[in-house]
Amino acid sequence: MRYLPKSPVDREEMLAEIGVTSIDDLFSTIPAEFQLKRDLAIPRQHGESEILDRFREFADNNAVGYSSFLGAGVYRHYRPVIIDSLVQRGEFLTSYTPYQPEISQGTLQAMFEFQTMICELTGMEIANASMYDGSTGAAEAIMMAVRVTGRDGAVIARTVHPEYREVIATYAQHQEIPTTEVGYTENGRVDLAALDATVTKDTACVLIQSPNFFGTIEDVAAIAEIAHAKGALLIVSIAEAVSLGIVRPPAEADIVSLEAQSYGVAVGYGGPYCGVIACKEKFLRQMPGRLIGETKDKDGKRGFVLTLSTREQHIRREKATSNICTNQALVALMTTIFLTVYGKQGMKELAEQNLAKAAYLKGVLSAAAGAKVLFDGAPRFHELVLQLPKTAEETNTALLQHKIIGGLPLAKWYPELGPNASLWCATELTTRKQMDAVATALADKKA
Amino acid sequence: MSVEKFVGTPKKATTHTNQSEDLIFEKSSPGKKAYRLAELDVPAVDAASLLGESARKDLGVMPELSEIEIIRHFTRLSTWNYAIDLGMYPLGSCTMKYNPRVNEAVARLEGIAEAHPYQPESLSQGCLGIMKTLSDALIEITGMDTITLQPAAGAHGEFTGILLIRAYHESKGNPRKKVLIPDSAHGTNPATAAVCGYEVANLKSNAQGMVDLAELEKMVDEDTAALMLTNPSTIGVFESDIKKIADILHAKGALLYMDGANMNALVGKTRPGDFGVDVMHLNLHKTFSTPHGGGGPGSGPVACKKILEPFLPTPVLVTKADGMLGLEYNRPQSVGRVRMFYGNFGMFVRALAYILANGPDGLRQTTEDAVLNANYIRAKLDGTFELPYKTATLHEVVFSDRIQAKNGVKTGDMGKRLIDYGFHAYTVSFPMIVAGAMMIEPTESESREELDLLIDALKQIAREAEENPELVQTAPHSTRIQRLDETTAARKPILRWKAPVAATPLAVDTAAKEW
Repeated sequence: MRYLPKSPVDREEMLAEIGVTSIDDLFSTIPAEFQLKRDLAIPRQHGESEILDRFREFADNNAVGYSSFLGAGVYRHYRPVIIDSLVQRGEFLTSYTPYQPEISQGTLQAMFEFQTMICELTGMEIANASMYDGSTGAAEAIMMAVRVTGRDGAVIARTVHPEYREVIATYAQHQEIPTTEVGYTENGRVDLAALDATVTKDTACVLIQSPNFFGTIEDVAAIAEIAHAKGALLIVSIAEAVSLGIVRPPAEADIVSLEAQSYGVAVGYGGPYCGVIACKEKFLRQMPGRLIGETKDKDGKRGFVLTLSTREQHIRREKATSNICTNQALVALMTTIFLTVYGKQGMKELAEQNLAKAAYLKGVLSAAAGAKVLFDGAPRFHELVLQLPKTAEETNTALLQHKIIGGLPLAKWYPELGPNASLWCATELTTRKQMDAVATALADKKA
Repeated sequence: MSVEKFVGTPKKATTHTNQSEDLIFEKSSPGKKAYRLAELDVPAVDAASLLGESARKDLGVMPELSEIEIIRHFTRLSTWNYAIDLGMYPLGSCTMKYNPRVNEAVARLEGIAEAHPYQPESLSQGCLGIMKTLSDALIEITGMDTITLQPAAGAHGEFTGILLIRAYHESKGNPRKKVLIPDSAHGTNPATAAVCGYEVANLKSNAQGMVDLAELEKMVDEDTAALMLTNPSTIGVFESDIKKIADILHAKGALLYMDGANMNALVGKTRPGDFGVDVMHLNLHKTFSTPHGGGGPGSGPVACKKILEPFLPTPVLVTKADGMLGLEYNRPQSVGRVRMFYGNFGMFVRALAYILANGPDGLRQTTEDAVLNANYIRAKLDGTFELPYKTATLHEVVFSDRIQAKNGVKTGDMGKRLIDYGFHAYTVSFPMIVAGAMMIEPTESESREELDLLIDALKQIAREAEENPELVQTAPHSTRIQRLDETTAARKPILRWKAPVAATPLAVDTAAKEW
């Protein structure tokens, strides 16, 4: 086996040094009845070229050659080439969690830079070194708010990503955190009157998403005022992190839960992505996950360490702030490189291009016969909800004939919008030609 | 004298590993760029008028650099890391094995990396096929009946597994109250039980560091939901009484959860499903070679017996009547979702590539070599270091610092000193049932030559502990930085960079700041 660095002689000599005659002697503590005496029934050993062929075949069975208008929490942005050049350096790729800081300064300094950028982008004071993803990050943020406030209820906007809400429900049920949903108004934003009526003195937190699942930017300040008036914390979840280049950060929030996939992470059929929690410094002791801090060695040289680990499971066990151990470090590094490449000017320009593309897409789609763009009364980033004369499923089936993957049908999660509503997205990678092709296809009688 | 020219700190360092590399923010200069967007092919828009009050005005300290500076910055940082690609990482229970590069190549194939999780199932047969092929292989390897790939890491797998157990008990009318956890367990086990709403009952190990059957029998009652057991245990010992353990639990209606962190000791040699385990997680980033990447991402599939299948997280991968693969969402008894979409898919690709590269014979040889390596180290170092438990071990060995502690040299000191010899430290002070634990897991990826270097280094360190304890106590001596002041780091946390005070206005209330 080509990954195993031993010759048959090595093995024999090592067994002799150990003082056993056969390798099976080393497995004798496994009761004989449970020892596997046959080959595993799995595919045979493949040569490297065969492995590549096998996966090319898998790849060809996916949507190759289609233009896609899917977003909905996963966004296709350009990934600068140097991201993969750098994260594939073995020193980053094949290193462990930086528990030995003297030989882990590369990862530690990069993660300190990550934390700094996340603070700057979100308007928060501190950020952790990543969570699994945006959905689990949002659930952890709610559990954090419950610990901070000593209250146990969570009010969640219906405009939060439906799959995030499903994950939150899974986490909340056994923490005995009652959750209440608050709807939206005709401009697609959180219904402030309903929110005000729902938040009580027992509410630990209000969770919203901005831009929300419909692409609409929420009035964070107004929502914060309602939450804070009753002593609840405001958690803002951000699923489209590129928006922060041009959208005002949710500085009035107490906790921000960000999904950083948009920062140079491949859509990759759903993961790995990069969640991160940022918050006000006063909530530091309740933060889940790893934190990197700056310090000095005995010569006064600056260095970085994992810090405040008394919050974590390996010290605190069942009293920890979370059971999280492994995080998304390498993906966080990808996002750090992405943010460095675009930087202060580029993040803005990139976000502006997304706005421009979405504006064009809106023009193209709303011009289609019988089309209606919903939620037009509030600003949006790069997604929009569209109603067409036929069901979203029928429209999409027809569009597939033109090698176009249309917007995401919404009826499954938002039956109140009817069967014809779908969620469309354009990013800087969506070309005018692709958008014009949608217009042509929709004009086609079959669509 | 020309020598004078070089007095003082040179502006340009000569050796990268020792040079200082500023934070990216300190290297930034206004107006530099590392990007060029594609030409905009649609009319530009006025963001301020579109967004109104929601428009952002400033991006603060976000850096501005050119591409070459970014490449150099992160390349220099990378040289300060230790890594599997540089040498052995004897961290116990972490399974730091080689990360094959073909895994990275296939994960980046366009049709795989660019697949959107919401694209139609008919156009996702490749991705679903990868999940199906991996699922089948993992079910066969574990001897279980079914699997979910959704959990994002080991601890997340534990969470999912305990939720399955809870849902199972609830379906019988009572979720039960407590989860038993041996004192040798990883910290994620008790933390997970707590997150799932269970009380943790600590199960004391016996004199061999194994499950004490009498104690277990006493503790298991009608309130016990499950035992979370790591097998082989964190001292590397296979629980020979595993079937009896399972029987004791099952007799009271409790289930057996296995933490699969140490599965690298078992693959191809025995199967948890055969010896009574009801549910377990795997760590693809340990046993199945996906890279640790400085702390993540991981992937923690959960395999289980048929009795737990109705409760699996949604969606569940199914083969439809027409032979196409699909995702089933209508599962009324499901515990719900534990993560959006389908899991850390990129890790599935890598793990499957690893399984294909090995085949059944390769996986078995891998396990045998991992166990051979650990026992070789054990045989060579027994006596130099105290071996607190004499029971035969599989893939890892746990020594203690008792001999060296007499001279004031602790496990942590020797771990640091090992760095001077070109290795990463072993796992220090874990498991907690061994005072001064030195936990070593070489994995199969080490040649005999590399093992001998480690053994020589540890013997030399033991000698130093006798003759010159201070040398060990103050290690490492060869690294770019010395031991860091972790106390101050925790007491006065600095968790982000801030621009020097002179360059920014006085501290502003964040909420009032103009963005």
